[in-house]
Amino acid sequence: MGEILTMALAAVLINNVVLSKFLGVCPFLGVSKNSKSAVGMGLAVIFVIFGASLITYFLYYQVLVKMHIEYMQLITFILVIAAFVQFVEMFIKKYSASLYKNLGIYLPLITTNCVVLYVAQDNITQGYNLIETMTNAIAVPLGFMLVLYLFSCIRERLDSADTPESFKGNPIALVVAGLMALAFSGLTGIV
Amino acid sequence: MWNNFKNGFIKENPVFGLYLGMCSTLALSTSLNNAIGMGLCVTLVLICSNVLISLIRKITPDEVRIPVYIVIIATLVSIVEMFVHAFMPELYTSLGVFLSLIVVNCIILGRAEAFASKNGPLASAVDGLGMGLGYTFALTMISLVREFLANMSITFYNPFNAEQILFSFGIEALEPFKISLFSSSVGAFLTFACFAALFAVIRKHMNKKQEAK
Repeated sequence: MGEILTMALAAVLINNVVLSKFLGVCPFLGVSKNSKSAVGMGLAVIFVIFGASLITYFLYYQVLVKMHIEYMQLITFILVIAAFVQFVEMFIKKYSASLYKNLGIYLPLITTNCVVLYVAQDNITQGYNLIETMTNAIAVPLGFMLVLYLFSCIRERLDSADTPESFKGNPIALVVAGLMALAFSGLTGIV
Repeated sequence: MWNNFKNGFIKENPVFGLYLGMCSTLALSTSLNNAIGMGLCVTLVLICSNVLISLIRKITPDEVRIPVYIVIIATLVSIVEMFVHAFMPELYTSLGVFLSLIVVNCIILGRAEAFASKNGPLASAVDGLGMGLGYTFALTMISLVREFLANMSITFYNPFNAEQILFSFGIEALEPFKISLFSSSVGAFLTFACFAALFAVIRKHMNKKQEAK
């Protein structure tokens, strides 16, 4: 149990996907303009990564390994992710109109969010078992959501700040991201 | 067509102008070798995917076009990945997971959707080459700054044979002033931000010039 917790904590704070592994930077800049949509995107990502990781885990060990076609890993995984996202979108649209209104617009974007494919591949390359896979699939997107939310709160204030002309918009946001990375690197020693 | 090609460098540079493919740009700009290796892999995939997608653009149903594009791109990436693994093992280890993540690099899907699905194969190939080299150019610029500040020297080895150093440049007097911060993620974000601001200034300048004409 302790090991699992350590692993989860490390994935959220120390090896944070956005700030130390540079994954999912595009949505990190794209949907961080206000904190409400940041939380929506974060939740959608957690859900999709958890589902997609479980499906790809079973698919890899039950189908690809048994048929000795491990080299098809990349194609299978990306197809599963794309199909899963589409399926989730249709499902939410049919059964929960309000949830769809809040999450719907972020779902198509998730297919090209590299965190999803990264987690699915990482579970296989690290040789995780089912419990470790599940932990990884929750902790990693949780770290993404945490950073996305913090970043969006800073950005809301940044809009009213007096930034130099050429740094307006994305460049100053990247400087902020750099400072956040610096702050997070201070947590390295805790695990 | 020349304009298509030229656009990818400054005006519509995929990285500094459109903010696409940022993940790999930030992560792999630690050394010149990584930057050039990754840049060329992406360029290759981009040209091939643009040509293939442009060839089948008339027979692809609109509703399933994204899955079709993704399968084409994933196949090409798998081929490139196996090639790099077999012939450039050093590069393969240092690019790591980002090599297979080319699949979800927004530049490739973005160009497929915005350009190749509407234009002929030749124009698409040129567009792919321009955008790919624009990406390589951005990656190389960032990596030069980062590698130099972090090590006070720049080395470029032969990717097919890691022991053979093709090019190396360093200033020994500056050796004590290494800033290791620049090899970490903080340096990546800061260098990227400065380049993005620089390109914003250049673009503004170019637009003004065009208006004056």
